[in-house]
Amino acid sequence: MTNLSPANEPLPSDAVEQEDLARDRAGRAPRSGWRMLLPTMTPWLAVGLALVVGITLFGVLGPYLVGDPQQIRDQGLTPPSGEFPLGTTQTGQDVLAQLAHATRGSLQIGFLVGVLATVLSAFFGIYGAYRGGIADEAFSLLSNVFLVIPGLPLVIVISGFVPRESRGLWTIAVVLALTSWAAAARVLRAQTLSVRGRDYVAASKVSGERPWRVIVVEILPNLLPVIASQFVFAVIAAVLGEAGLSFIGLGAANSATLGTMLFYAQNGFALSLGAWWWFLPPGIIIALLGTGLSLINFSIDEIINPKLKNLRQHRKRARRAARLERELAGRSAKEVAAR
Amino acid sequence: MSYFLRKIGFYAIALWAALTLNFAIPRLLPGNPVDILLAKLQQRGGTVTEETREAYALLLGGDDSQPLWTQYVNYLQNLVRGDLGVSVSYYPAEVSDVISQSLPWTLVLVGLATVLAAVLGVGLGAFVGWRPGTWLDSLIPATTLLAAVPYFWLALLLTYLLARVLGWFPMQGGYDVVLDPGWNAEFIFSAIHYGFLPALTIVLASVGGWLLGMRNMMVSTLSEDYVLTAEAKGLAPRRILRSYASRNAVLPSIAGFAISLGFVVSGSVITEQVFSYPGIGGRLLGAVTNNDYALMQGVFLFITLAVLGANLVVDLLYGVIDPRTRARS
Repeated sequence: MTNLSPANEPLPSDAVEQEDLARDRAGRAPRSGWRMLLPTMTPWLAVGLALVVGITLFGVLGPYLVGDPQQIRDQGLTPPSGEFPLGTTQTGQDVLAQLAHATRGSLQIGFLVGVLATVLSAFFGIYGAYRGGIADEAFSLLSNVFLVIPGLPLVIVISGFVPRESRGLWTIAVVLALTSWAAAARVLRAQTLSVRGRDYVAASKVSGERPWRVIVVEILPNLLPVIASQFVFAVIAAVLGEAGLSFIGLGAANSATLGTMLFYAQNGFALSLGAWWWFLPPGIIIALLGTGLSLINFSIDEIINPKLKNLRQHRKRARRAARLERELAGRSAKEVAAR
Repeated sequence: MSYFLRKIGFYAIALWAALTLNFAIPRLLPGNPVDILLAKLQQRGGTVTEETREAYALLLGGDDSQPLWTQYVNYLQNLVRGDLGVSVSYYPAEVSDVISQSLPWTLVLVGLATVLAAVLGVGLGAFVGWRPGTWLDSLIPATTLLAAVPYFWLALLLTYLLARVLGWFPMQGGYDVVLDPGWNAEFIFSAIHYGFLPALTIVLASVGGWLLGMRNMMVSTLSEDYVLTAEAKGLAPRRILRSYASRNAVLPSIAGFAISLGFVVSGSVITEQVFSYPGIGGRLLGAVTNNDYALMQGVFLFITLAVLGANLVVDLLYGVIDPRTRARS
């Protein structure tokens, strides 16, 4: 079973990496294994993290700091002012208070669906590929079929059949997760297939480890960055999907999410009445959350995607060139001044 | 097994799965759709006979007199005959008639918008990926913002700005209602005028995905040996970009069509609702609000059929453009 000839001939793109490693060794301490799994801090990653952390804090802490979102007052549709920083709705409800509660609701469902979809895709992608044979064929066929069946129309049909009273948060979360795991499972399957054949996995199998232990201890750590990126994607898709569902009135009953807020804003003719402070904030929060998560994902992608490895290289080179140019310009300027 | 046979076989299975899903969903979920439907039908002045009840029960379940297997076979037979039942919200129109009236609108709108977005995104992506690490990279977060915006929110905002404030485009509908639908210049012009805003929404919201995919592939293609060779030969950069790098980098974008089309169709369903567009997405949502289960199932079936068909065509085409896929299987 042992494979004596090395399976991985050094690729040309590895040469760049090695050159980089050598330079690292010469200049500063080499990066540890765990550091290699973490994205390098780029301005975009910083922006993404700031957006996501900010919105999460707003959703988690905000509801404690604002008043009752449902309280009806006789000052309908007042523009932003000192008392109501984001104005009021048609029935005089505080938009900021509603926004805080709605953000919490959207984050909740996004997180829930993200976890469910990731678990589903990990099961169908990793377990099938690990077992191989008929299980693999069947699981991969299943995920391919789910991939080509359009998700949201299916969700709409399912939500349409479920009576409104039994349409709870969990129902919507399960339905959204069921329609969104397939693409991730396909990627995980391909990754698992490549990891499965490595020697240390074979060694673990030969030494009599149980399948779940081989998967969890030997294979899963290799897939962590991929799974992280897919989790982030699943959260974006879930927040957007839930917003769409709630906007057309098919969301979870009694839930307060950014989608339901937009539903009420639209049904209250917020835009036609010029109440931009009611209509714009929920959409902006969704867009910023999505952007923040995608920006984080790009940084993860630059680690897990071997095709993007040299992108970090390009960036470093561009930065070094810019610095050199600045230094040269500075030096020549000094020389001119000295003369 | 040849590549083409495998692909056709896969889509046959996918189609069967979609049909079965359609059969299973109303039977698995709580609620009694047949009773709601028949009550609606009576409100609309339809006569409810035993036969109508049976026909709906076949479509939606709730009939325990027959074994499930017989129901399934009958359901498939009805579908093959093109019998999707009678729509309640458009009573007494057949579901298949309602769909055939609205399907062309969606096909043209979503089809054109998708092609436009793909061409724009792939073109821009090739250009951005050609110069990695430069200021052009900052285009990506900008398009991400567009992709993360909910379709319907963008649609409403565009309607407000371009239709209400500036008055360039009509707010709602698919064509000027005073005109008769037909193949004359006046009607087609009106359809384009009305369809511009929905199409713009779809293009704006979906162009980012294409751009990103193409850009990533472009970055990796740049490190290929044949690009280096082409540079060493002294070919013009534009020629390398066009005939060497882009042609190879575009392949995964074509292969990823399935996923993107699914997203676009999903997004356009709600976009159509916002614009009251006479397409199939608006019908689906109308059917949901009116508890018109027969129409709902029919529309879902047709959307799935359209997506599957488009993917089959792309897959077959892909086998022609990229000989490696044929060789591998």
